Amino acid sequence: MKTTISMTINGVKASHDVEPRLLLVHYIRELVGLTGTHVGCDTSQCGACTVHVNGQAVKSCTLLAVQCEGANLKTIEGMAENGTLHPIQDAFWEKHGLQCGFCTPGMIMSAAQLLERNKRPSEAEIRHWLEGNLCRCTGYHNIVKAIEYAAEKMAAK
Amino acid sequence: MATAKLLGASIKRREDPRFITGKGNYTDDLKLAGMTYAVFVRSPHAHARIRSIDVTAARAHPGVVAVFTGKDMTGVNSLPCGWDLRKDKNIPGVVQDLAMVPHMPLTSDTARHVGDPVAVVIAGTLDAATDAAAKVRVDWEALPSVTATERAAGAGVAPIHAGAPGNVAFKWELGGGDVDAAFKAAAVVVKKRIVNQRLVANAMEPRACVARYEDATGELTLWVTSQNPHVHRLLMCAFVLGIPEHKVRVIAPDVGGGFGSKIFLYNEEVVCSWASRQLKRPVRWTATRREAYVTDAHGRDHVTDAAMAMSKDGKILGLHVKTTANLGAYLSTFAPAVPTFLYGTLLNGVYTIGAIKCEVTGVFTNTTAVDAYRGAGRPEACYVLERMVDAAAAALKMDPADVRKKNFIPKFSGAFQTLVAVAYDSGDYGKAFDRLLQMFDYKAFRAEQAEARTKGRYLGLGFSTYIEACSIAPSKVVGALGAGAGLYESGKIRVHPTGGVTVFTGSHSHGQGHETTFAQLVADELQIPIETIEVVHGDTGAIPFGMGTYGSRSASVGGTALHMSANKIKEKGKRIAAHLLEASASDIEYTGGQFHVRGAPGKAIPFGAVALTAYVPHNYPEGLEPGLEETSFYDPSNFCFPFGAHACVVEVDADTGAVKILRYLAVDDVGNVINPMIVDGMVHGGVAQGVAQALWEGAVYDGESGQLLTGSMMDYALPKADMLPMYETARTETPTPVNPLGVKGAGETGTIASTPAVVNAVVDALSGFGVDHIETMPLTSERVWTTIQAAKSRK
Repeated sequence: MKTTISMTINGVKASHDVEPRLLLVHYIRELVGLTGTHVGCDTSQCGACTVHVNGQAVKSCTLLAVQCEGANLKTIEGMAENGTLHPIQDAFWEKHGLQCGFCTPGMIMSAAQLLERNKRPSEAEIRHWLEGNLCRCTGYHNIVKAIEYAAEKMAAK
Repeated sequence: MATAKLLGASIKRREDPRFITGKGNYTDDLKLAGMTYAVFVRSPHAHARIRSIDVTAARAHPGVVAVFTGKDMTGVNSLPCGWDLRKDKNIPGVVQDLAMVPHMPLTSDTARHVGDPVAVVIAGTLDAATDAAAKVRVDWEALPSVTATERAAGAGVAPIHAGAPGNVAFKWELGGGDVDAAFKAAAVVVKKRIVNQRLVANAMEPRACVARYEDATGELTLWVTSQNPHVHRLLMCAFVLGIPEHKVRVIAPDVGGGFGSKIFLYNEEVVCSWASRQLKRPVRWTATRREAYVTDAHGRDHVTDAAMAMSKDGKILGLHVKTTANLGAYLSTFAPAVPTFLYGTLLNGVYTIGAIKCEVTGVFTNTTAVDAYRGAGRPEACYVLERMVDAAAAALKMDPADVRKKNFIPKFSGAFQTLVAVAYDSGDYGKAFDRLLQMFDYKAFRAEQAEARTKGRYLGLGFSTYIEACSIAPSKVVGALGAGAGLYESGKIRVHPTGGVTVFTGSHSHGQGHETTFAQLVADELQIPIETIEVVHGDTGAIPFGMGTYGSRSASVGGTALHMSANKIKEKGKRIAAHLLEASASDIEYTGGQFHVRGAPGKAIPFGAVALTAYVPHNYPEGLEPGLEETSFYDPSNFCFPFGAHACVVEVDADTGAVKILRYLAVDDVGNVINPMIVDGMVHGGVAQGVAQALWEGAVYDGESGQLLTGSMMDYALPKADMLPMYETARTETPTPVNPLGVKGAGETGTIASTPAVVNAVVDALSGFGVDHIETMPLTSERVWTTIQAAKSRK
């Protein structure tokens, strides 16, 4: 039994018929076709699927697509504006905050929420905030540096 | 158009824009018309006979396209093991031949570990396939199982393979010098049991594949999460499916980390390829993380009894190591090489040792297969040696820094013959250790440690001075040791008519940044702007036959192949320029991106003009082929041996057993460095994985049921950001004479060095309690607390 859902993703309206059991992350990847949001686990540990739902960073594997009826979503594909990278995207590039790139979209979406709430987080606050996002390549060193750098750049604006 | 020197420059990665904007192209991102979805039915038992499989209800489920069991896959062979250990093949050190046990893509008689696949359900949607898979009925007869390494070959244990009596896979030994005499002459003999626990690689991207067979052409394309697409193609075509390689294209697109686990040929990619040929439709499979835990090859899992013979003044006289290595239920692609030639050959470390003997028994258990995981054999060797050096220092009541200094092999270049077969390329081990000691005040730390102890605080410092073998490998050497493959690398440079360049490498990047480092290399060699260079990898339809990425080989082996091709391009360019300049080719020099006659820099032809001439050869040297494209295959003459010195400072809370890392310092010598930013990044990540083995990670099986208890990210302790420190890194640079670039390899140093540094630090912190060793990792709070309690009760 399918249900029709509609939501706004990165400023674009989307509407699909979905099974009620469909997870938001699979909706975004398979039906909307935005594959920058990744699936790295099945227990909501890795955070690779982090997106913004009505301005809140959430793991899109923890929501059903039908729960997001009418919601306003932002994914990694919506972070750059008019071809200009978001300062956090730029910081990950500048500080070598990624290697294989698989966790990166979730890291950036999560970091964006941190810097909205805490404009100049300490190293310890950044590390604590990232406990819901796993990375196997970087040992987190350069991810922390990237977020510190982004905070500095964004504060200077 | 002279360009700034790029070798040695920390330039930003050229692959990053697609990753930071969500435009990466991973296997699971692929959408194809007519796609079907595969779900595997797996054994819930560690060991069970299959009485029957009833697929009737699954086949009748709406949307299901097909259900296959092993019995349907007629004409399909076992997954091959690519490393042989047999006496009649003159493989050195073989005491008992490797039991080449079969490993069918879908097992039809017996399941030998939890997760062993027995059937596949393929449907038009993933939901339909998942629902139908739950309707496959397997009549199981559960059998007794064994998972523990030290129990596998014991009396009365149920046999796992008919071809491996007593569950012994092989016996092997290596050594040199008179070990018995060394132990007789020793003032002190230190004996320790050292357990190197089983790990799960946990690349963030789960394994995945899409197989598409095209009926009209008879061509099969397999997109797969692979570190080595040509190896995947060769093994699958030649050994398992018996289909011609030229009709199969394997593409490893963006791959989200590997750490070894994506080297191997796995059941699922073979089954999907075979099924696509049957169904004439694309078949996609992506592992759930829980599937990844029970099917991705695991790492380590050694139980070792080690003995070290020491002189009164702290010289290492002898080392005797007896190791049991758990290979799991089947032989994964390179499994037998890891606990043998990648392990025993590294036991000489950076020390002058009088005599070494290493005896290894490989065993089968009802667990997921074990194969290479970042470092592969070398971390296990380094851990044994560095733990024993510290234990020996403690027994002699000597400073562990002094014991190391006393035993370092003196600086050399060219060859140092070890007692364990390999000859090192170049080394200055004392220099790396001295550099480490410049990074902090060792004496002041010892004073602080003593002071802290009087206040009930337990600080500890651990060293690790390591060596590793990488740049894998000279084909002739590894062939003589049992490898089924050569281990050269390919590199092709295609100069386009308008001067742009496409670089094709047989190496594969799954986080290493080859699109940047190889572009830096070629830009420097051809003296052209890096913006005019693109790097292509991971597609057997585009690149020359290549061996892929593992064993820290890409820069040294793959980079050298590109260096050779660049030289060929320049040589051909000189002949074309000589013709245009009416000079002899031997008089042409190439500098600043221009070909000119030696001594007459005014008369010059730029690189781009020579490229155009090569493709529009109107005015062209007689007998010279048109075009400007060169391919090289480089087979190294030796391994390269990076080395270094790491230190870790910890504080242990004696009331709870909690370990906190206060500082982590790393000095690595990886030879010449192409991009320091990228090398530092790999050191960080490697250290994190090694620290995590020391303190948190471990795959745990239930001894009774054989279930993997750490089968999800909820249960397996992957490190998080707030568990790890900032790493303080430095380098010494000792170029290797093995290759013309002088680069050794940087991908695994951190993982190899860090585990013993951390454990040595914790043991040092507990030395006041009389602790000189902790047998088993990870050093969780519970294990550390228990160790402290046991030590207190002994006192």
